[in-house]
Amino acid sequence: MERRKKPGGILAVGAVAFLLWMFAVGGTAAQEAAPPPSAPAAAAPKVDTGDTAWVLTSSALVLAMTMPGLALFYGGLVRNKNVLGTIMHSFVILCLVSVIWVLWGYSLAFGPDVRGVTGSLGWFGLRGVGGEPHPTYGSTIPHQVYMLFQLMFAAITPALVTGAFAERMRFSALLVFTALWSTFIYCPLAHWIWGGGWLAKMGALDFAGGAVVHISSGWAALACALVLGKRKGYGTAYLAPHNLPMTLLGAGLLWFGWFGFNAGSALGANALAASAFLATNTAAAMGALSWMATEWLHRGKPTTLGVASGAIAGLATVTPAAGFVGLLAAILIGLAAGAVCYTAVVWKGRFGYDDSLDVVGIHGVGGAMGIFATGLFASKAINSAGADGLFFGNPGQLVVQVTTIGVSVVFALVGTFIILKLIDWTIGLRVDAEDEERGLDLSQHEERAYS
Amino acid sequence: MKKIEAIIKPFKLEEVKDALTELGVYGMTVSEVRGFGRQKGHKEAYRGTEYTIEFVPKTKIEVVVVDKLADKVIETIIRTAKTGSIGDGKIFVSNLEEAVRIRTGETGDRAL
Repeated sequence: MERRKKPGGILAVGAVAFLLWMFAVGGTAAQEAAPPPSAPAAAAPKVDTGDTAWVLTSSALVLAMTMPGLALFYGGLVRNKNVLGTIMHSFVILCLVSVIWVLWGYSLAFGPDVRGVTGSLGWFGLRGVGGEPHPTYGSTIPHQVYMLFQLMFAAITPALVTGAFAERMRFSALLVFTALWSTFIYCPLAHWIWGGGWLAKMGALDFAGGAVVHISSGWAALACALVLGKRKGYGTAYLAPHNLPMTLLGAGLLWFGWFGFNAGSALGANALAASAFLATNTAAAMGALSWMATEWLHRGKPTTLGVASGAIAGLATVTPAAGFVGLLAAILIGLAAGAVCYTAVVWKGRFGYDDSLDVVGIHGVGGAMGIFATGLFASKAINSAGADGLFFGNPGQLVVQVTTIGVSVVFALVGTFIILKLIDWTIGLRVDAEDEERGLDLSQHEERAYS
Repeated sequence: MKKIEAIIKPFKLEEVKDALTELGVYGMTVSEVRGFGRQKGHKEAYRGTEYTIEFVPKTKIEVVVVDKLADKVIETIIRTAKTGSIGDGKIFVSNLEEAVRIRTGETGDRAL
Protein backbone atom coordinates (compact mmCIF):
# COMPACT_ATOMS: atom_id res chain seq x y z
CA MET A 1 0.00 0.00 0.00
CA GLU A 2 2.81 2.39 0.94
CA ARG A 3 4.32 2.02 -2.48
CA ARG A 4 1.04 2.88 -4.18
CA LYS A 5 0.46 5.98 -2.13
CA LYS A 6 3.78 7.55 -3.03
CA PRO A 7 3.09 8.79 -6.57
CA GLY A 8 -0.04 10.61 -5.41
CA GLY A 9 1.89 12.58 -2.81
CA ILE A 10 4.74 13.44 -5.15
CA LEU A 11 2.15 14.40 -7.72
CA ALA A 12 0.47 16.89 -5.44
CA VAL A 13 3.72 18.52 -4.35
CA GLY A 14 4.96 18.64 -7.94
CA ALA A 15 1.74 20.18 -9.17
CA VAL A 16 1.85 22.97 -6.59
CA ALA A 17 5.50 23.74 -7.33
CA PHE A 18 4.81 23.78 -11.05
CA LEU A 19 1.87 26.13 -10.57
CA LEU A 20 3.89 28.60 -8.55
CA TRP A 21 6.62 28.54 -11.19
CA MET A 22 4.09 29.05 -13.96
CA PHE A 23 2.58 32.03 -12.18
CA ALA A 24 6.01 33.58 -11.84
CA VAL A 25 6.96 32.96 -15.47
CA GLY A 26 3.53 33.83 -16.84
CA GLY A 27 3.37 37.01 -14.83
CA THR A 28 6.68 38.35 -16.13
CA ALA A 29 5.98 37.20 -19.68
CA ALA A 30 2.70 39.02 -19.70
CA GLN A 31 4.25 42.22 -18.37
CA GLU A 32 7.02 42.13 -20.93
CA ALA A 33 4.74 41.25 -23.83
CA ALA A 34 3.79 44.04 -26.15
CA PRO A 35 0.20 45.22 -25.77
CA PRO A 36 -2.15 43.12 -27.92
CA PRO A 37 -2.48 44.47 -31.46
CA SER A 38 -5.19 47.08 -31.15
CA ALA A 39 -8.20 46.17 -33.25
CA PRO A 40 -9.14 48.70 -35.90
CA ALA A 41 -11.09 51.35 -34.11
CA ALA A 42 -13.64 51.44 -36.92
CA ALA A 43 -15.79 48.45 -36.02
CA ALA A 44 -15.59 48.42 -32.24
CA PRO A 45 -17.07 45.05 -31.23
CA LYS A 46 -20.21 45.29 -29.18
CA VAL A 47 -21.71 42.68 -26.86
CA ASP A 48 -25.03 41.25 -28.01
CA THR A 49 -27.19 39.93 -25.17
CA GLY A 50 -28.90 37.22 -27.25
CA ASP A 51 -25.62 35.86 -28.56
CA THR A 52 -24.08 35.96 -25.11
CA ALA A 53 -27.03 34.14 -23.56
CA TRP A 54 -26.87 31.42 -26.21
CA VAL A 55 -23.14 30.80 -25.92
CA LEU A 56 -23.29 30.74 -22.11
CA THR A 57 -26.16 28.24 -22.34
CA SER A 58 -24.22 26.21 -24.88
CA SER A 59 -21.23 26.10 -22.54
CA ALA A 60 -23.42 24.55 -19.86
CA LEU A 61 -24.83 22.09 -22.42
CA VAL A 62 -21.33 20.97 -23.37
CA LEU A 63 -20.45 20.56 -19.69
CA ALA A 64 -23.39 18.15 -19.39
CA MET A 65 -21.88 16.10 -22.21
CA THR A 66 -18.85 15.25 -20.07
CA MET A 67 -20.55 14.98 -16.72
CA PRO A 68 -22.92 13.20 -16.59
CA GLY A 69 -23.32 12.38 -20.31
CA LEU A 70 -20.04 10.71 -21.22
CA ALA A 71 -19.52 9.46 -17.66
CA LEU A 72 -22.74 7.46 -17.81
CA PHE A 73 -22.24 6.41 -21.44
CA TYR A 74 -18.86 4.90 -20.57
CA GLY A 75 -19.91 3.85 -17.05
CA GLY A 76 -22.61 1.53 -18.35
CA LEU A 77 -20.25 -0.10 -20.85
CA VAL A 78 -17.78 -1.42 -18.28
CA ARG A 79 -18.19 -4.22 -15.74
CA ASN A 80 -19.84 -3.36 -12.43
CA LYS A 81 -16.50 -3.47 -10.56
CA ASN A 82 -15.17 -0.59 -12.68
CA VAL A 83 -18.16 1.72 -13.00
CA LEU A 84 -17.05 4.25 -10.37
CA GLY A 85 -13.50 4.30 -11.68
CA THR A 86 -14.84 5.00 -15.15
CA ILE A 87 -17.23 7.75 -14.07
CA MET A 88 -14.41 9.21 -11.99
CA HIS A 89 -12.26 9.57 -15.13
CA SER A 90 -14.72 11.97 -16.76
CA PHE A 91 -15.50 13.77 -13.51
CA VAL A 92 -11.93 14.45 -12.46
CA ILE A 93 -10.83 15.38 -15.99
CA LEU A 94 -13.56 18.00 -16.06
CA CYS A 95 -12.22 19.41 -12.79
CA LEU A 96 -8.55 19.25 -13.74
CA VAL A 97 -8.95 20.78 -17.21
CA SER A 98 -11.20 23.52 -15.82
CA VAL A 99 -8.22 24.69 -13.76
CA ILE A 100 -5.52 24.07 -16.40
CA TRP A 101 -7.53 25.94 -18.99
CA VAL A 102 -7.96 29.18 -17.04
CA LEU A 103 -4.34 29.14 -15.90
CA TRP A 104 -2.37 28.37 -19.07
CA GLY A 105 -4.44 26.20 -21.44
CA TYR A 106 -6.53 28.94 -22.98
CA SER A 107 -3.48 31.11 -23.46
CA LEU A 108 -1.53 28.33 -25.21
CA ALA A 109 -4.46 27.51 -27.49
CA PHE A 110 -5.92 30.93 -28.24
CA GLY A 111 -3.38 33.43 -26.96
CA PRO A 112 -1.23 35.66 -29.19
CA ASP A 113 0.16 33.50 -32.01
CA VAL A 114 3.83 32.51 -31.97
CA ARG A 115 4.92 31.55 -35.50
CA GLY A 116 1.71 29.63 -36.16
CA VAL A 117 2.82 26.90 -33.76
CA THR A 118 1.42 27.87 -30.37
CA GLY A 119 -0.25 30.62 -28.43
CA SER A 120 2.03 32.54 -26.07
CA LEU A 121 1.68 32.53 -22.31
CA GLY A 122 0.69 36.21 -22.52
CA TRP A 123 -2.85 35.39 -21.37
CA PHE A 124 -1.69 33.23 -18.46
CA GLY A 125 -4.30 33.27 -15.70
CA LEU A 126 -6.69 34.99 -18.14
CA ARG A 127 -4.73 38.27 -18.16
CA GLY A 128 -6.52 40.50 -20.59
CA VAL A 129 -9.35 38.02 -21.16
CA GLY A 130 -12.29 39.96 -19.83
CA GLY A 131 -15.71 41.30 -20.67
CA GLU A 132 -14.73 43.02 -23.92
CA PRO A 133 -15.31 40.93 -27.06
CA HIS A 134 -12.25 39.70 -28.96
CA PRO A 135 -12.38 40.76 -32.63
CA THR A 136 -12.09 37.21 -34.01
CA TYR A 137 -13.22 34.98 -31.13
CA GLY A 138 -16.91 35.86 -31.28
CA SER A 139 -17.14 39.58 -31.85
CA THR A 140 -20.54 39.92 -30.16
CA ILE A 141 -19.87 38.05 -26.92
CA PRO A 142 -17.55 38.84 -24.02
CA HIS A 143 -14.12 37.29 -24.52
CA GLN A 144 -14.56 35.39 -21.25
CA VAL A 145 -17.69 33.71 -22.60
CA TYR A 146 -15.75 32.43 -25.59
CA MET A 147 -13.02 31.19 -23.24
CA LEU A 148 -15.60 29.33 -21.11
CA PHE A 149 -17.22 27.76 -24.15
CA GLN A 150 -13.81 26.55 -25.29
CA LEU A 151 -13.05 25.27 -21.79
CA MET A 152 -15.86 22.75 -22.09
CA PHE A 153 -14.38 21.43 -25.35
CA ALA A 154 -10.96 21.14 -23.77
CA ALA A 155 -12.51 19.17 -20.91
CA ILE A 156 -14.49 16.63 -22.90
CA THR A 157 -11.66 15.75 -25.29
CA PRO A 158 -9.35 13.93 -22.84
CA ALA A 159 -12.46 12.42 -21.22
CA LEU A 160 -13.29 10.82 -24.57
CA VAL A 161 -9.84 9.20 -24.63
CA THR A 162 -10.53 7.36 -21.36
CA GLY A 163 -12.71 4.84 -23.19
CA ALA A 164 -9.56 3.31 -24.67
CA PHE A 165 -7.92 2.48 -21.34
CA ALA A 166 -11.07 1.69 -19.39
CA GLU A 167 -10.86 -0.89 -16.60
CA ARG A 168 -7.05 -0.88 -16.24
CA MET A 169 -5.56 2.63 -15.80
CA ARG A 170 -4.00 3.77 -12.54
CA PHE A 171 -5.74 6.82 -11.17
CA SER A 172 -2.54 8.77 -10.49
CA ALA A 173 -1.38 8.03 -14.05
CA LEU A 174 -4.68 9.36 -15.38
CA LEU A 175 -4.16 12.69 -13.63
CA VAL A 176 -0.65 13.13 -15.02
CA PHE A 177 -1.80 12.01 -18.45
CA THR A 178 -4.62 14.54 -18.48
CA ALA A 179 -2.36 17.43 -17.50
CA LEU A 180 0.29 16.56 -20.09
CA TRP A 181 -2.13 15.66 -22.85
CA SER A 182 -4.19 18.83 -22.45
CA THR A 183 -1.09 20.99 -22.44
CA PHE A 184 0.95 19.34 -25.17
CA ILE A 185 -1.63 17.76 -27.51
CA TYR A 186 -4.95 19.53 -27.16
CA CYS A 187 -3.70 23.10 -26.81
CA PRO A 188 -1.34 23.07 -29.83
CA LEU A 189 -3.89 21.35 -32.07
CA ALA A 190 -6.62 23.76 -31.01
CA HIS A 191 -4.20 26.61 -31.74
CA TRP A 192 -3.29 25.31 -35.19
CA ILE A 193 -6.92 25.03 -36.28
CA TRP A 194 -8.91 27.53 -34.20
CA GLY A 195 -6.37 29.87 -32.63
CA GLY A 196 -4.92 31.33 -35.82
CA GLY A 197 -2.19 28.72 -36.19
CA TRP A 198 -0.70 27.28 -39.36
CA LEU A 199 -3.60 25.00 -40.34
CA ALA A 200 -6.04 27.87 -39.86
CA LYS A 201 -3.85 30.04 -42.12
CA MET A 202 -4.02 27.25 -44.71
CA GLY A 203 -7.82 27.47 -44.59
CA ALA A 204 -8.69 24.28 -42.67
CA LEU A 205 -12.40 24.01 -41.92
CA ASP A 206 -13.41 22.45 -38.60
CA PHE A 207 -16.65 23.96 -37.36
CA ALA A 208 -16.97 22.40 -33.91
CA GLY A 209 -14.03 20.06 -33.48
CA GLY A 210 -13.90 17.12 -35.88
CA ALA A 211 -10.12 17.32 -35.78
CA VAL A 212 -9.52 19.27 -32.56
CA VAL A 213 -11.82 17.05 -30.49
CA HIS A 214 -12.65 13.81 -32.29
CA ILE A 215 -9.55 13.01 -34.36
CA SER A 216 -7.32 14.04 -31.46
CA SER A 217 -9.14 11.91 -28.88
CA GLY A 218 -9.80 9.03 -31.27
CA TRP A 219 -6.23 8.58 -32.45
CA ALA A 220 -4.82 9.27 -29.00
CA ALA A 221 -7.05 6.39 -27.97
CA LEU A 222 -5.29 4.09 -30.42
CA ALA A 223 -1.95 4.95 -28.84
CA CYS A 224 -3.45 4.22 -25.41
CA ALA A 225 -4.81 0.84 -26.49
CA LEU A 226 -1.45 -0.10 -27.98
CA VAL A 227 0.71 1.06 -25.07
CA LEU A 228 -1.48 -0.24 -22.24
CA GLY A 229 -2.25 -3.56 -23.86
CA LYS A 230 -5.37 -5.66 -23.58
CA ARG A 231 -7.53 -6.04 -20.53
CA LYS A 232 -7.10 -9.24 -18.58
CA GLY A 233 -9.44 -11.80 -20.10
CA TYR A 234 -9.88 -9.94 -23.40
CA GLY A 235 -11.22 -12.39 -25.95
CA THR A 236 -12.00 -15.07 -23.38
CA ALA A 237 -13.78 -13.67 -20.32
CA TYR A 238 -17.22 -12.09 -20.24
CA LEU A 239 -16.51 -8.36 -20.60
CA ALA A 240 -20.01 -7.26 -21.60
CA PRO A 241 -21.50 -3.90 -20.55
CA HIS A 242 -22.92 -4.10 -17.02
CA ASN A 243 -25.74 -1.57 -17.44
CA LEU A 244 -26.98 -0.63 -20.90
CA PRO A 245 -29.83 1.61 -19.65
CA MET A 246 -27.10 3.75 -18.02
CA THR A 247 -25.27 3.88 -21.36
CA LEU A 248 -28.45 4.83 -23.20
CA LEU A 249 -29.15 7.59 -20.68
CA GLY A 250 -25.63 8.86 -21.28
CA ALA A 251 -26.13 8.72 -25.05
CA GLY A 252 -29.30 10.81 -24.71
CA LEU A 253 -27.45 13.41 -22.64
CA LEU A 254 -24.62 13.49 -25.17
CA TRP A 255 -27.04 14.14 -28.02
CA PHE A 256 -28.76 16.84 -25.95
CA GLY A 257 -25.47 18.51 -25.08
CA TRP A 258 -24.23 18.27 -28.65
CA PHE A 259 -26.63 21.05 -29.63
CA GLY A 260 -24.49 23.32 -27.47
CA PHE A 261 -21.35 21.85 -29.00
CA ASN A 262 -22.33 22.36 -32.63
CA ALA A 263 -25.05 25.01 -32.70
CA GLY A 264 -23.18 26.89 -29.98
CA SER A 265 -20.13 27.01 -32.26
CA ALA A 266 -22.00 29.56 -34.37
CA LEU A 267 -21.10 31.85 -31.43
CA GLY A 268 -24.42 33.61 -31.78
CA ALA A 269 -28.18 33.13 -31.57
CA ASN A 270 -28.68 33.28 -35.29
CA ALA A 271 -29.53 31.47 -38.53
CA LEU A 272 -26.15 29.74 -38.63
CA ALA A 273 -26.83 28.23 -35.20
CA ALA A 274 -30.18 26.96 -36.47
CA SER A 275 -28.54 25.48 -39.55
CA ALA A 276 -25.91 23.72 -37.42
CA PHE A 277 -28.61 22.50 -35.04
CA LEU A 278 -30.53 21.02 -37.98
CA ALA A 279 -27.46 19.30 -39.44
CA THR A 280 -26.56 17.94 -36.01
CA ASN A 281 -29.94 16.41 -35.25
CA THR A 282 -30.34 15.00 -38.75
CA ALA A 283 -26.92 13.37 -38.82
CA ALA A 284 -27.42 11.90 -35.34
CA ALA A 285 -30.73 10.35 -36.36
CA MET A 286 -29.38 9.06 -39.68
CA GLY A 287 -26.27 7.71 -37.95
CA ALA A 288 -28.43 5.75 -35.50
CA LEU A 289 -30.65 4.32 -38.25
CA SER A 290 -27.69 3.53 -40.46
CA TRP A 291 -25.78 1.68 -37.69
CA MET A 292 -28.97 -0.18 -36.77
CA ALA A 293 -29.60 -1.26 -40.37
CA THR A 294 -25.97 -2.30 -40.93
CA GLU A 295 -25.91 -4.37 -37.76
CA TRP A 296 -29.30 -5.90 -38.56
CA LEU A 297 -28.06 -6.99 -41.97
CA HIS A 298 -24.69 -8.15 -40.68
CA ARG A 299 -25.67 -9.93 -37.46
CA GLY A 300 -29.40 -10.46 -37.70
CA LYS A 301 -30.57 -8.25 -34.80
CA PRO A 302 -30.91 -4.51 -34.27
CA THR A 303 -29.49 -3.56 -30.83
CA THR A 304 -30.10 -0.68 -28.44
CA LEU A 305 -26.34 -0.22 -28.02
CA GLY A 306 -26.13 -0.08 -31.81
CA VAL A 307 -28.69 2.72 -32.07
CA ALA A 308 -26.91 4.67 -29.33
CA SER A 309 -23.47 4.11 -30.88
CA GLY A 310 -24.76 5.11 -34.31
CA ALA A 311 -26.20 8.35 -32.96
CA ILE A 312 -22.85 9.20 -31.35
CA ALA A 313 -21.03 8.28 -34.58
CA GLY A 314 -23.37 10.56 -36.56
CA LEU A 315 -22.81 13.38 -34.08
CA ALA A 316 -19.03 13.01 -34.06
CA THR A 317 -18.92 12.89 -37.85
CA VAL A 318 -21.13 15.92 -38.46
CA THR A 319 -19.27 18.01 -35.88
CA PRO A 320 -16.69 19.60 -38.23
CA ALA A 321 -19.32 20.05 -40.96
CA ALA A 322 -22.32 21.22 -38.93
CA GLY A 323 -21.95 24.93 -39.68
CA PHE A 324 -20.80 24.60 -43.29
CA VAL A 325 -23.19 22.11 -44.92
CA GLY A 326 -26.85 21.81 -45.87
CA LEU A 327 -29.53 19.26 -45.12
CA LEU A 328 -28.76 16.73 -47.85
CA ALA A 329 -25.11 16.64 -46.80
CA ALA A 330 -26.14 16.08 -43.19
CA ILE A 331 -28.26 13.09 -44.25
CA LEU A 332 -25.40 11.59 -46.25
CA ILE A 333 -22.89 12.23 -43.47
CA GLY A 334 -25.11 10.45 -40.94
CA LEU A 335 -25.68 7.55 -43.33
CA ALA A 336 -21.95 7.10 -43.91
CA ALA A 337 -21.14 7.54 -40.22
CA GLY A 338 -23.38 4.70 -39.03
CA ALA A 339 -22.23 2.16 -41.62
CA VAL A 340 -18.52 3.04 -41.65
CA CYS A 341 -18.10 3.38 -37.87
CA TYR A 342 -19.95 0.09 -37.32
CA THR A 343 -17.55 -1.59 -39.73
CA ALA A 344 -14.54 0.01 -38.06
CA VAL A 345 -15.68 -1.18 -34.64
CA VAL A 346 -16.31 -4.74 -35.82
CA TRP A 347 -12.94 -4.83 -37.59
CA LYS A 348 -11.16 -3.86 -34.38
CA GLY A 349 -11.13 -7.56 -33.48
CA ARG A 350 -9.01 -8.35 -36.53
CA PHE A 351 -6.29 -5.89 -35.53
CA GLY A 352 -6.18 -7.32 -32.03
CA TYR A 353 -5.89 -4.11 -29.95
CA ASP A 354 -8.26 -3.59 -27.05
CA ASP A 355 -9.78 -0.14 -27.57
CA SER A 356 -12.21 -1.07 -24.84
CA LEU A 357 -15.07 1.36 -25.48
CA ASP A 358 -14.41 1.96 -29.20
CA VAL A 359 -13.04 5.49 -29.17
CA VAL A 360 -10.98 4.85 -32.32
CA GLY A 361 -13.82 3.33 -34.32
CA ILE A 362 -16.34 6.02 -33.43
CA HIS A 363 -14.45 9.25 -32.71
CA GLY A 364 -11.23 8.63 -34.63
CA VAL A 365 -12.88 7.32 -37.76
CA GLY A 366 -15.97 9.54 -37.46
CA GLY A 367 -13.91 12.70 -36.89
CA ALA A 368 -11.65 12.01 -39.88
CA MET A 369 -14.63 11.18 -42.07
CA GLY A 370 -16.32 14.42 -40.98
CA ILE A 371 -13.31 16.60 -41.83
CA PHE A 372 -13.18 14.87 -45.22
CA ALA A 373 -16.92 15.33 -45.79
CA THR A 374 -16.55 19.02 -44.97
CA GLY A 375 -14.10 19.26 -47.88
CA LEU A 376 -16.79 17.78 -50.12
CA PHE A 377 -20.00 19.46 -48.98
CA ALA A 378 -19.00 22.84 -47.51
CA SER A 379 -20.85 25.72 -49.12
CA LYS A 380 -20.51 29.48 -48.79
CA ALA A 381 -24.26 29.66 -49.29
CA ILE A 382 -24.64 28.07 -45.85
CA ASN A 383 -21.81 29.95 -44.15
CA SER A 384 -20.23 32.90 -45.93
CA ALA A 385 -17.32 32.84 -43.48
CA GLY A 386 -16.45 29.30 -44.58
CA ALA A 387 -15.42 28.05 -47.99
CA ASP A 388 -16.80 25.97 -50.85
CA GLY A 389 -15.96 22.27 -50.97
CA LEU A 390 -15.28 19.95 -53.90
CA PHE A 391 -18.94 19.63 -54.88
CA PHE A 392 -19.23 23.39 -55.02
CA GLY A 393 -16.29 23.75 -57.36
CA ASN A 394 -13.35 24.06 -54.98
CA PRO A 395 -11.21 20.88 -55.02
CA GLY A 396 -8.43 22.77 -53.22
CA GLN A 397 -10.46 22.70 -50.01
CA LEU A 398 -10.44 18.92 -50.05
CA VAL A 399 -6.63 18.94 -50.19
CA VAL A 400 -6.55 21.24 -47.17
CA GLN A 401 -8.97 18.97 -45.33
CA VAL A 402 -6.98 15.82 -46.09
CA THR A 403 -3.82 17.58 -44.88
CA THR A 404 -5.64 18.50 -41.67
CA ILE A 405 -6.64 14.87 -41.15
CA GLY A 406 -3.09 13.62 -41.73
CA VAL A 407 -1.49 16.20 -39.45
CA SER A 408 -4.03 15.69 -36.64
CA VAL A 409 -3.88 11.89 -36.78
CA VAL A 410 -0.09 11.74 -36.73
CA PHE A 411 0.28 14.45 -34.10
CA ALA A 412 -2.27 12.82 -31.76
CA LEU A 413 -0.92 9.32 -32.28
CA VAL A 414 2.79 10.09 -31.90
CA GLY A 415 2.40 12.77 -29.22
CA THR A 416 0.18 10.58 -27.07
CA PHE A 417 2.53 7.64 -27.51
CA ILE A 418 5.44 9.68 -26.14
CA ILE A 419 3.42 10.97 -23.18
CA LEU A 420 2.26 7.45 -22.30
CA LYS A 421 5.78 6.02 -22.47
CA LEU A 422 7.08 8.79 -20.20
CA ILE A 423 4.39 8.06 -17.61
CA ASP A 424 4.95 4.32 -17.91
CA TRP A 425 8.68 4.70 -17.26
CA THR A 426 8.15 6.96 -14.25
CA ILE A 427 5.05 6.21 -12.18
CA GLY A 428 3.54 3.36 -14.24
CA LEU A 429 0.36 3.42 -16.32
CA ARG A 430 -1.45 0.25 -15.54
CA VAL A 431 -2.82 -1.23 -12.34
CA ASP A 432 -1.23 -4.55 -11.36
CA ALA A 433 -2.97 -7.81 -12.22
CA GLU A 434 -4.48 -8.28 -8.78
CA ASP A 435 -5.94 -4.78 -8.69
CA GLU A 436 -7.32 -5.21 -12.18
CA GLU A 437 -9.03 -8.40 -11.04
CA ARG A 438 -10.56 -6.63 -8.02
CA GLY A 439 -11.69 -3.77 -10.19
CA LEU A 440 -10.85 -0.06 -10.21
CA ASP A 441 -13.65 0.83 -7.79
CA LEU A 442 -12.11 -1.09 -4.92
CA SER A 443 -8.44 -0.95 -5.88
CA GLN A 444 -8.23 2.74 -6.82
CA HIS A 445 -10.99 4.27 -4.74
CA GLU A 446 -11.94 1.78 -1.98
CA GLU A 447 -15.59 2.11 -2.90
CA ARG A 448 -18.26 -0.05 -4.46
CA ALA A 449 -21.01 1.18 -6.75
CA TYR A 450 -23.52 -1.47 -5.81
CA SER A 451 -23.27 -2.68 -2.25
CA MET B 1 -39.25 -37.95 4.98
CA LYS B 2 -38.20 -37.11 1.47
CA LYS B 3 -36.33 -34.10 0.24
CA ILE B 4 -37.42 -33.04 -3.21
CA GLU B 5 -35.28 -30.63 -5.18
CA ALA B 6 -36.69 -29.30 -8.41
CA ILE B 7 -34.81 -27.15 -10.90
CA ILE B 8 -37.41 -25.31 -12.96
CA LYS B 9 -37.83 -22.43 -15.38
CA PRO B 10 -37.98 -19.23 -13.31
CA PHE B 11 -41.27 -18.02 -14.76
CA LYS B 12 -42.97 -21.24 -13.60
CA LEU B 13 -42.25 -20.62 -9.91
CA GLU B 14 -45.57 -19.00 -8.96
CA GLU B 15 -47.60 -21.75 -10.61
CA VAL B 16 -45.63 -24.53 -8.93
CA LYS B 17 -45.78 -22.83 -5.54
CA ASP B 18 -49.55 -22.32 -5.71
CA ALA B 19 -50.18 -25.95 -6.69
CA LEU B 20 -47.92 -27.29 -3.92
CA THR B 21 -49.52 -25.09 -1.29
CA GLU B 22 -52.91 -26.40 -2.37
CA LEU B 23 -51.57 -29.92 -1.93
CA GLY B 24 -50.66 -29.24 1.68
CA VAL B 25 -46.99 -28.44 1.44
CA TYR B 26 -46.43 -25.84 4.15
CA GLY B 27 -42.98 -24.59 3.37
CA MET B 28 -40.33 -24.44 0.74
CA THR B 29 -36.95 -22.90 0.04
CA VAL B 30 -36.35 -21.18 -3.27
CA SER B 31 -33.04 -20.04 -4.78
CA GLU B 32 -31.97 -18.45 -8.01
CA VAL B 33 -29.37 -20.70 -9.57
CA ARG B 34 -27.44 -21.04 -12.83
CA GLY B 35 -26.55 -24.19 -14.65
CA PHE B 36 -26.84 -26.18 -17.80
CA GLY B 37 -28.29 -29.47 -18.98
CA ARG B 38 -29.42 -30.26 -22.47
CA GLN B 39 -30.67 -26.73 -23.04
CA LYS B 40 -28.01 -24.65 -24.71
CA GLY B 41 -27.23 -21.18 -23.40
CA HIS B 42 -27.88 -18.04 -25.36
CA LYS B 43 -25.82 -15.59 -27.39
CA GLU B 44 -25.27 -11.93 -26.66
CA ALA B 45 -23.51 -9.40 -28.87
CA TYR B 46 -22.26 -5.93 -28.01
CA ARG B 47 -20.98 -3.89 -30.95
CA GLY B 48 -20.28 -7.10 -32.80
CA THR B 49 -18.43 -8.85 -29.96
CA GLU B 50 -20.27 -12.11 -29.29
CA TYR B 51 -20.53 -13.91 -25.97
CA THR B 52 -22.05 -17.34 -25.47
CA ILE B 53 -23.74 -17.64 -22.11
CA GLU B 54 -23.50 -21.30 -21.15
CA PHE B 55 -25.07 -21.20 -17.71
CA VAL B 56 -28.78 -20.57 -17.91
CA PRO B 57 -30.65 -18.91 -15.03
CA LYS B 58 -32.98 -21.37 -13.26
CA THR B 59 -34.97 -21.52 -10.06
CA LYS B 60 -34.37 -24.27 -7.52
CA ILE B 61 -37.20 -25.31 -5.17
CA GLU B 62 -36.47 -27.46 -2.14
CA VAL B 63 -39.32 -29.07 -0.22
CA VAL B 64 -39.23 -31.71 2.49
CA VAL B 65 -42.42 -33.79 2.88
CA VAL B 66 -43.66 -36.91 4.64
CA ASP B 67 -43.06 -40.06 2.60
CA LYS B 68 -46.64 -40.60 1.53
CA LEU B 69 -46.92 -37.10 0.02
CA ALA B 70 -43.78 -37.41 -2.09
CA ASP B 71 -45.30 -38.95 -5.20
CA LYS B 72 -48.07 -36.38 -5.29
CA VAL B 73 -45.58 -33.54 -4.92
CA ILE B 74 -43.45 -34.90 -7.76
CA GLU B 75 -46.46 -35.34 -9.97
CA THR B 76 -47.69 -31.81 -9.19
CA ILE B 77 -44.32 -30.26 -10.00
CA ILE B 78 -44.19 -32.13 -13.29
CA ARG B 79 -47.72 -31.01 -14.17
CA THR B 80 -47.18 -27.32 -13.36
CA ALA B 81 -43.55 -26.80 -14.42
CA LYS B 82 -43.78 -28.55 -17.76
CA THR B 83 -43.78 -26.58 -21.00
CA GLY B 84 -42.72 -29.48 -23.21
CA SER B 85 -39.57 -27.83 -24.53
CA ILE B 86 -35.94 -28.49 -23.62
CA GLY B 87 -34.95 -26.70 -20.44
CA ASP B 88 -37.97 -27.54 -18.29
CA GLY B 89 -35.60 -28.81 -15.62
CA LYS B 90 -35.17 -31.82 -13.34
CA ILE B 91 -36.42 -33.22 -10.05
CA PHE B 92 -34.10 -34.91 -7.57
CA VAL B 93 -35.51 -36.98 -4.69
CA SER B 94 -33.58 -38.20 -1.65
CA ASN B 95 -34.27 -39.78 1.72
CA LEU B 96 -33.91 -37.37 4.59
CA GLU B 97 -32.62 -38.48 7.94
CA GLU B 98 -33.85 -35.83 10.27
CA ALA B 99 -35.66 -32.52 10.52
CA VAL B 100 -35.84 -30.19 13.54
CA ARG B 101 -38.05 -27.19 14.15
CA ILE B 102 -35.73 -24.76 15.87
CA ARG B 103 -38.40 -22.92 17.85
CA THR B 104 -39.89 -25.96 19.62
CA GLY B 105 -37.31 -28.66 19.19
CA GLU B 106 -39.87 -30.94 17.47
CA THR B 107 -38.31 -33.53 15.22
CA GLY B 108 -39.19 -35.84 12.31
CA ASP B 109 -42.57 -35.51 10.56
CA ARG B 110 -43.84 -33.23 13.35
CA ALA B 111 -41.18 -30.70 12.42
CA LEU B 112 -42.54 -30.34 8.91
